[in-house]
Amino acid sequence: MRRFEPDSTRDETLFRPIEQTGARFYLTVSVLVAIILFALVMYTRQVVLGLRVTGMMQPVTWGFYIVNFVFFIGISHAGTLISAILRLTQAEWRRPITRMAEVITAIVLAIGALHPILDLGRPDRVMNVFLFGRLQSPLLWDVTSISAYFAASTVYLFLPLIPDIALIRERGKKHRWLYTFMSWGWQGTPEQWKVLTRAINIMMIVVVPIAVSVHTVISYIFAMTLQSGWHSTIFGPYFVVGAIFSGIAALFVAMIAFRSAFRLQAYLKLVHFQQLAKLLLAMSILWTYFTFGEYLTGYYGGEPEEMKTLLYKVAGRYAPLFWTMVVCNFVVPVVLLSSRRLRTIPGILVSSITVLIGMWLERLIIVVPSLENPRMPFPGRIYIPSLTEISLFTGALALFALGFVLFSKFFPIVSVWEVQEGRALGKEETVERVESYLPDDEVSHAGA
Amino acid sequence: MARWGMVIDLDRCTGCGACVAACKVENNVQVVSPAEGERGRRMHWLRLLVEARGEYPHVEVRIAPNLCMMCENPPCTKVCPVHATYRGEDGLVGQIYPRCIGCRYCMAACPYSVKAFNWGSPEWPEALLSTLNPDVSMRPKGVVEKCTFCYHRLQLGREKARAEGRPLRESDYQPACVHSCPADAMTFGDLDDALSPAAQLSRSTRATRALEHLGTEPRVFYLEKRDAPL
Repeated sequence: MRRFEPDSTRDETLFRPIEQTGARFYLTVSVLVAIILFALVMYTRQVVLGLRVTGMMQPVTWGFYIVNFVFFIGISHAGTLISAILRLTQAEWRRPITRMAEVITAIVLAIGALHPILDLGRPDRVMNVFLFGRLQSPLLWDVTSISAYFAASTVYLFLPLIPDIALIRERGKKHRWLYTFMSWGWQGTPEQWKVLTRAINIMMIVVVPIAVSVHTVISYIFAMTLQSGWHSTIFGPYFVVGAIFSGIAALFVAMIAFRSAFRLQAYLKLVHFQQLAKLLLAMSILWTYFTFGEYLTGYYGGEPEEMKTLLYKVAGRYAPLFWTMVVCNFVVPVVLLSSRRLRTIPGILVSSITVLIGMWLERLIIVVPSLENPRMPFPGRIYIPSLTEISLFTGALALFALGFVLFSKFFPIVSVWEVQEGRALGKEETVERVESYLPDDEVSHAGA
Repeated sequence: MARWGMVIDLDRCTGCGACVAACKVENNVQVVSPAEGERGRRMHWLRLLVEARGEYPHVEVRIAPNLCMMCENPPCTKVCPVHATYRGEDGLVGQIYPRCIGCRYCMAACPYSVKAFNWGSPEWPEALLSTLNPDVSMRPKGVVEKCTFCYHRLQLGREKARAEGRPLRESDYQPACVHSCPADAMTFGDLDDALSPAAQLSRSTRATRALEHLGTEPRVFYLEKRDAPL
């Protein structure tokens, strides 16, 4: 195995945010904490008064909490899955991106997993899921799959962090005890490098099927019921595609935010954005294909109860939201990302934000209209979220931002050793790899 | 074991709502304030389903009591994460209120929309306190509930039969809605007993079941109107 020594004196830009704290940091944290505290007060009120403080009612018994649950868990696919795929395919441009992707996963997964608990009528009895859990219920599949994903993705975040923690320890400017403890005796010996590389390689493979299973079983919550608009066989892959799609968009927003806040222009270059933007474009087209297939089969079959929900979405009360979703998830990204002239950082930012909005709308359009159109006639009502639900949504977004800000205060948001490894070995390895693709006789010719 | 079921004759049903009231009082179903009711938090174990069927000029307003269908193959019990809604030995679908975590997955899964959720704590006006039925347990806020076919009446009936040293008769066990129907539109009994009126009516050519194509096998039958347009 080839060795290289990470250097704690290089790449000052990446260490600076950890070692220097400005007023902007405190301001950001206080604003975020205030939003979270308000959400906490609203949630406490909900626990005391019951779910009547929400906008949910009969027959729309699921609302924002479940929509946001699906949305946040979807975002979590950004991370680990993208980082694992980029590592697996040895994409050299991954190096400054993977860390951020992995952080998104860990934070947003914890937040997403909280949402079904926010939705419970009896949060005090949440332990019943473990005491009396029925594995036949799709909700238990979720609990299992999400816990596995959370465990795997935090390990997968931590492993490549170890050499970086050791670098901060060596610099010795801040909380020596913390970094000494967290680096777990890392000395950078050849044996340790071997074990670490092996562990990362194992985790990046393990994480992929777990990530796919997570959003598959989330879709099964809906697909396993008989309700119109939910009972569909393509829901598993459809949800996974949507999850990766929204995940990449969230990753872009994080990349652009940190690029400007930490002045990372030298590390996150236009080329990184353009490479990842191709993936976003591909997912946009794939998502559109799935959506088309899902709605066309429903429409062509024309089963009356199915049709009622379908028309409600595309031509009824939900039509404005539905077509906004199509514009956000298809028109905008395809227009902005297919042309080289528009595939700039502002263009990518705009399409990422519309994709995030569009994918949130997609989750809403899946959950609510089916409930508003039950098979048996029910006095029609529309679901309008209450202040409680909106404040818990903003609280969750603030918690996500806070988690990210705090992480970046303690650890480098761009993997220092991987960037340095790229500098030291990446070029050589890539040349060797490309040479190995060439026909043998050519190589021998060159040698001769 | 008896296979308890119900047959509702829509030719006899006048839509008077006696069953709705009887059910609500019998089962201590929460009464919500009018404001909450307007927000869709009204709770019913049995409601009147009113729908217009057919196309002009052959239109018919169909009024049918809608209650738990006691499916033989219930979509709600399948999805419950904690076994709080289950199909008992006698095939009746029950709810365990102290175990329910209030996730409302069973409500989302029920194609008949017959489950009700306690959006807030039950509050009883002074006048209604004395009418509470001591045989039916009260439900706290945050749990799902639904029609039980007045299961407490089955238990009382069994006790009575045992005390008198005889087998349970159909007349020992009649749900409150059936009992209260002034038009005799509802018939309740053992669907497996060939001599039971309920079993005989359930085999009538007019007998249908709601959303039969879903394969849920409801135990509630409807006798469609003889002059129905459909």
